[in-house]
Amino acid sequence: MDFGFVILVEILYAVASLALISAGLAVVFGMMKVINLAHGEFMMLGGYAAITSANMGVNIFIAMLIIAPIVVGLIGLIVERLVIRHLYGRLVDTMLATWGLSLFFIGCATMIFGNTTTGISTPIPGFAVGDYQINGYNFFIIIVSVVLILAMLAVLKTTRLGLIARGTMQNPDMASALGYSPDRIYMATFFVGSALSGFAGAILAPLVGLVPTSGGAFIAKAFITVIAGGPALISGLLSSSALFGFVGQVFSFVASPVIGDVAMLIAAVILLRLLPQGVTGRFFKGKL
Amino acid sequence: MVEVALETRNLNMRFGGICAVDNVDFKLNAGDLRCLIGPNGAGKSTFFKCVTGQLEPTGGQVFMRDEEVTGWSPHEIASLGVGIKTQVPSVLDGLTAFENIWLAARRFLSVTDANRMTDEVISRLSLGDIINSDVGQLGHGERQRVELGIVMAADPWLILLDEPAAGMSAKDVDSLTNIIHEMLKSAAVIIVEHDMQFIRSIASTVSVFHQGAMLIEDHVDRVMADQTVRNVYLGKKA
Amino acid sequence: MPKSWQKESVIVIAIALILVYALPFAINTFTLSILLIYGMLGLSLGLIWGFGGILCFGQTAFFGLGAYAYAISAINIGESTLPLIFSILVPAAFAALMGAMMFYGRLADVYLGVITLVVTLILFKFINSTASPIYVIGEARLGGYNGIPGFQTLNIPGRPDDYIWGDAFYYFCFAALVIVYLLVSWLLRSSFGRIAIGIRENDERMSLMGYDTRARKTVLFAIGAAIAGLAGGLFANWAEIVTPGLFSLGQSAEIIIWCIVGGLGTRLGPIIGAASLAYLKFLLGQQSMIDNTLIMGLILVLFVLFLPKGIVPAISDLWAASFGRRRKRLRKSRRGTRVISNG
Repeated sequence: MDFGFVILVEILYAVASLALISAGLAVVFGMMKVINLAHGEFMMLGGYAAITSANMGVNIFIAMLIIAPIVVGLIGLIVERLVIRHLYGRLVDTMLATWGLSLFFIGCATMIFGNTTTGISTPIPGFAVGDYQINGYNFFIIIVSVVLILAMLAVLKTTRLGLIARGTMQNPDMASALGYSPDRIYMATFFVGSALSGFAGAILAPLVGLVPTSGGAFIAKAFITVIAGGPALISGLLSSSALFGFVGQVFSFVASPVIGDVAMLIAAVILLRLLPQGVTGRFFKGKL
Repeated sequence: MVEVALETRNLNMRFGGICAVDNVDFKLNAGDLRCLIGPNGAGKSTFFKCVTGQLEPTGGQVFMRDEEVTGWSPHEIASLGVGIKTQVPSVLDGLTAFENIWLAARRFLSVTDANRMTDEVISRLSLGDIINSDVGQLGHGERQRVELGIVMAADPWLILLDEPAAGMSAKDVDSLTNIIHEMLKSAAVIIVEHDMQFIRSIASTVSVFHQGAMLIEDHVDRVMADQTVRNVYLGKKA
Repeated sequence: MPKSWQKESVIVIAIALILVYALPFAINTFTLSILLIYGMLGLSLGLIWGFGGILCFGQTAFFGLGAYAYAISAINIGESTLPLIFSILVPAAFAALMGAMMFYGRLADVYLGVITLVVTLILFKFINSTASPIYVIGEARLGGYNGIPGFQTLNIPGRPDDYIWGDAFYYFCFAALVIVYLLVSWLLRSSFGRIAIGIRENDERMSLMGYDTRARKTVLFAIGAAIAGLAGGLFANWAEIVTPGLFSLGQSAEIIIWCIVGGLGTRLGPIIGAASLAYLKFLLGQQSMIDNTLIMGLILVLFVLFLPKGIVPAISDLWAASFGRRRKRLRKSRRGTRVISNG
């Protein structure tokens, strides 16, 4: 019974963290059809931003929830203005350029923070369920992810901004037809996407020892989650996070975390072979 | 007995609840010319794509020279000796006109024969001036001609052309008429078209599509005199 | 392509003979060997991406597979001839399977990128986790993150005690690269190569001409993997150890950078891009002011933004602009007699 509860929490945690990792990439891909291969590095930078400001005496939650997203969002804004803006409509070129950016940020972080592991202790204590110890921070991540998804849904459904965003996702010409400058919309989108990446990186930072190359571990998972999710933003994110999180966690239990990761990636390859347009390309057409 | 080049039996193509091609029975004898006409959205192009293998029909059968080819992929159908020209000019933009046509010839011929065939097609279509130009830099009419060259180079016995006259100048259309007569010497030809002027200049028999189904098949003059067809074209209820 | 393959081969070999003796005056042969190996790796991606239009984010998977195939079979066999052949065949077979799965599933650009990237990551994670002694192939332990050291290196065929190393290894690599280059040139002039270029230009048109584009892309993909595998086998001999790092994303990114910088759609571009950037990295490695990765990243971004065609096409465009009149006349004289030779 206790063991079952532990497994349930672990699976929920795996799904939630996958959704959290992928949210920023999904927003940018859904709105702009741009695959940001520097997404993992944005997360890494978010982690560093949170840890650095926490070390400077800022409350850890303020550092994670406010400072990190803003810092990374601003970095994203600069990147968009300098690089991405010139490459709209050239999918492969944007992938290559953002891959270059990812190397660039790894280099920057190595020069600033050194090639050593930086960490911070989790601000929430663990507790016991029967004979098992549960990491309290996992609950925090599950709650944060749920709140994040609900917030995204609320923004998309109820606000004017969300309406514009939905229009742009359906048809990129829609925004300009409605009189909004696509340039502005893309700029704002990239800001939000980067901020979400930084947010995710900061939230996850206490769990992983941060090194400048940490982003690499995230990008592949985020990448497959978003691509496998397909065109619908929220339902794609949820369905593929649920699928891959479940597969990965189950195999981690049965075998080892490495096998879990491998199983997740193999599941992605098989899924894309069966549904080349992603899950929502087939099942939740036209939904959010 | 006359050989049948193409036949469809009860051909169906549904997209969700929409029936784009509705139980079409179609038959074309070797060496014949047929035009498929009908208003926009009548299902001509969908029918065309089902025949060429670009779409897999949801029901019915397609036969070519008495062989069933339903559900074959486009390259298998083309390999039978079927020449296909799609609606949007589809050429190899980065290559020269010569290379475009040579690649089509090489599919069925040795290198030496492909060279000879390419030269022959080039002179038949009078493409001599542009053989070394990149096709991507040519005008629309010239690109259409290069694509017709690609179709001819394979020496097909069945040719399917989707809107070959679209976007052509009057002069180009004249030469297109000649090219089609040239093709008819060795092949059966099906043309999807809605330029009636052009159809009158080449066609004997036309098949009229309306709402996915075959409305009428007859000589072009009689078809155009038919009241139902006129209504369909003018948008009235049939 | 103005010259015949035979004529071009003579020129290539002549230039190669000059370079093979001239280069060691500038750079030591140990460093030159790795530059040649990377050149071959660059060429392998340049072939499938530049001429086949197949964007592979995981070319390094075949490089790593080649290196591991060599190391594992060299330990088991104790002689280098067969292992070097395995280093070509194993990645080619793997790529044929992977390619068939992707191309028959009609996956294109982004999705191709995802799958190749993900497969590379799977290999990376898997090899990294094989530290325990249960992972053994014959007598070779996979060794996880420690890699596999201590295998038989290149020897004269049939004589395991006569090693090819030092300068001799440099000559061997040079010869291998020249042979691969000439084979690639021949392939691109053959009907197969022309059809591959046709598929790059317009897949649908080529299949409407009757070509089975899926099968042809799979074969080309496997050929690219074979070349990358040979480069991997040579790399194993150069480094005398193989590690999971060969499968890393960073390595994959570098191959792509070489091709972009050198120029896609050329044979020489990826080789020059690979050798010059690898040498630049080597020089940068001797200083600690600026991080290496940062510079590589910056180079990639700047090239995508300002010179997406790469160096070699840019130079040949410049050449054509300065000597344009001469070229035009040549072209005119060929007109009408143009044939495609030796298919």
